[in-house]
Amino acid sequence: MSQTRLTLGYIPLVDAAPLIIARELGFAEQEGLAVDLRAAPSWSTLRDMVALGQIEAAHMLAPIPVAMAMGLGGMATRLDAISVLSVNGNAVGVSMQLARKMRDAGHDFGFADATAAGRALIAAAGDRLRIGVPFPFSMHAELLYYWLGSLGLEAPQALDVHTVPPQQMAEAMAAGDLDAFCVGAPWGSMAVENGAGELLLPTSAIWSFAPEKVLAVRHDWAEKAPDQAARLIRAMWRAGRWLADSGNRITASEILSRPDHLNLSAELLERSLSGNLMISARGEQRRAEGYLEFHRGAATFPWRSQAGWIATRLAARTGLDRAQAREAARRVFRTDLYRAALDTTAADLPGASEKLEGALDVPTEVASQTGSLILGPDRFFDGQIFDPDAE
Amino acid sequence: MSDRLSIVVVEKDRERALLIVDSLRASGDHEISVISEQSGLARRISERNPDVVLVDFANPSRDMLEELTLASSPLERPVAMFVDRSDDALTRAAIEAGVSAYVVDGLSAGRIKPILDAAITRFHMFQAMRAELAATKRALEERKIIDRAKGVLMKARGLDEDAAYALLRKTAMDQGRKVAEVAEALVTAAGLLS
Repeated sequence: MSQTRLTLGYIPLVDAAPLIIARELGFAEQEGLAVDLRAAPSWSTLRDMVALGQIEAAHMLAPIPVAMAMGLGGMATRLDAISVLSVNGNAVGVSMQLARKMRDAGHDFGFADATAAGRALIAAAGDRLRIGVPFPFSMHAELLYYWLGSLGLEAPQALDVHTVPPQQMAEAMAAGDLDAFCVGAPWGSMAVENGAGELLLPTSAIWSFAPEKVLAVRHDWAEKAPDQAARLIRAMWRAGRWLADSGNRITASEILSRPDHLNLSAELLERSLSGNLMISARGEQRRAEGYLEFHRGAATFPWRSQAGWIATRLAARTGLDRAQAREAARRVFRTDLYRAALDTTAADLPGASEKLEGALDVPTEVASQTGSLILGPDRFFDGQIFDPDAE
Repeated sequence: MSDRLSIVVVEKDRERALLIVDSLRASGDHEISVISEQSGLARRISERNPDVVLVDFANPSRDMLEELTLASSPLERPVAMFVDRSDDALTRAAIEAGVSAYVVDGLSAGRIKPILDAAITRFHMFQAMRAELAATKRALEERKIIDRAKGVLMKARGLDEDAAYALLRKTAMDQGRKVAEVAEALVTAAGLLS
């Protein structure tokens, strides 16, 4: 089979692993794809590269294609999410000063209870909390607003949320520009390593099954080259399945750590892949279940209800019409392409394309093609349920 | 809106910033300022309230500017990336040259074009200079290592210079590698053995 050459863009983060593994372990080649990887310096540059056709597909924050479909942000081209690449994987961290204040007030840094952590944070923060996120349209920002808003803080008004590139997060906190941050792996661990802060909470404690990164392509590319899109989806799915096998973690962290990929210590990357995180410079360890998922519980299925949740939140804080936003968002999560691509594989796909988000407290068996699909818990910390069809 | 446009250039490298500012001055009477600090970038820009922001496409701090595309109050003017309103050819030229421009909503393409044209030329020129310098440096280094490898072969095998180079070239061709790579391997190996 002759190889089709595709260029994929990514930001050097642990959750870019499916793209890197698909190339390095031959999952792309198996689909007849010769993949070139290109690291981007920022999310806006990556978005523009894919929108302007310099690259075919990109590792992207799940809210970016949704925001673009709603007409938010600097670029108006329609991007489609043809697969989710990962679920969860971010962490909230606080400055050394704030951590000390919270410990003095009795918070235990248990790393699991979002209500306790949020209350302690609000109490210690004073009148205005300054938090860094990597991009205005990100799960980092949406989950922060959701979490602190639900605990009574008026979000977004009472929060100073600033965009700070992940590599500069630790520096900004050390300089006193930030009190806290929410950032993807491995930059939370990096802040601990550099003595800039302590980790307070994994975002999986706020929403236990939040879509984090998607594989984004131009809408017209997906329409014009559905076969190439399908091959990409399958390559990513196989890479995700490989990554989910705990026996592959060491190999995965070694590959990711190479200078032409993330160029960071393998030991640091392994913490994020395993969910065994060091939360302070004193070496305190915490285990976060489901810290970063690439495969389990149909992790890469692009649920339209996930897009609906993101759109509803974005619309609420930007004053746009929620029903319209939700409708636009559902169209960009391409459940149809994902199903068609994985139809011939061993993947067991859910029967539905939407679900009530937040309704599963425990791993639950659901209707699927071969009848054995188990979805993981997807609850919100405050017990709310998002119904994608409700007004 | 007055005739003068206010332009902010985000650039850390002082020399490069000056080059860009010079060429913008030549394109018209504008009020131009340079921001070289990365921290609090969005705040610094909104304080100056410019009509146009120019920034390197590859600048990691670009994400900070995306905040400006969301107008949070009716008084603030939303800023959009230039690419969604201009003609395609100009957009592509800008991106190829590595310039991203943020422009206040409602500013006409006719007023922006001369500015962007000027910026593109400068960004382009600087990039070309940088690439040229890197290429020259690499070529020099390769030449140095090939000379050393030739020396190793001449001494060890009693070859003259031309024969030593011919042997390097033949080995490289047989192995499908670059002459410089073979030379580097030889020099490393010779260093280990001596």
